[in-house]
Amino acid sequence: MRENIGYLFMLVGIIFDAIGCIGLIRLPDLYNRLQASLKCVAMGTSLILIGTMIIAGFSPVGAKAFLCLVFILIISPTTEHALARASYIAGVKLWEGSIIDKLKEDIEAGKKE
Amino acid sequence: MINLFMISLGCCAFLCLFRIARGPTASDRAVAIDILGIMVVAFGAFMSIKTGKEFYLTTALVWTLLNFIGVLALSKFLENRGFDD
Repeated sequence: MRENIGYLFMLVGIIFDAIGCIGLIRLPDLYNRLQASLKCVAMGTSLILIGTMIIAGFSPVGAKAFLCLVFILIISPTTEHALARASYIAGVKLWEGSIIDKLKEDIEAGKKE
Repeated sequence: MINLFMISLGCCAFLCLFRIARGPTASDRAVAIDILGIMVVAFGAFMSIKTGKEFYLTTALVWTLLNFIGVLALSKFLENRGFDD
């Protein structure tokens, strides 16, 4: 019974991973791809690790899965934020259908002061 | 059951490899490399459940931290700054 619940979590995680990777292929520019690929981390791999925790129970495998989960949830948004900001400053263009660009306004306001 | 999960995870990793091969800018490749590292962590979890050995998850834990350092250094490099400020 416990194994089946864990496999169910893993199945949902795999579905989210697949959706994130299809987004990584299909979406038009870098920032949209970042937004899709973070789904793949925050729902996909987290749910897979939660399923591992449920199957393994209170054992070294479960404890390491919990550590991995905490590290992933802290680390991955940080790297994506740093990468998005760095590539904006490096000059990667937005898609031509984008309608809002808050970081540009912030940078221009910073230059005026 | 878990073999099926591992095969579908391999298909997802293949899509990431496609983006690494095709990506127009270097930032696209960096994003795809980050996601590929996350896939490796999930693969370690699957292997650990399949074989019952815990060192696969230890590898996944170390891979997470090294992925963090790597992508952060790559983004500083893309920003045209040095590695030491």
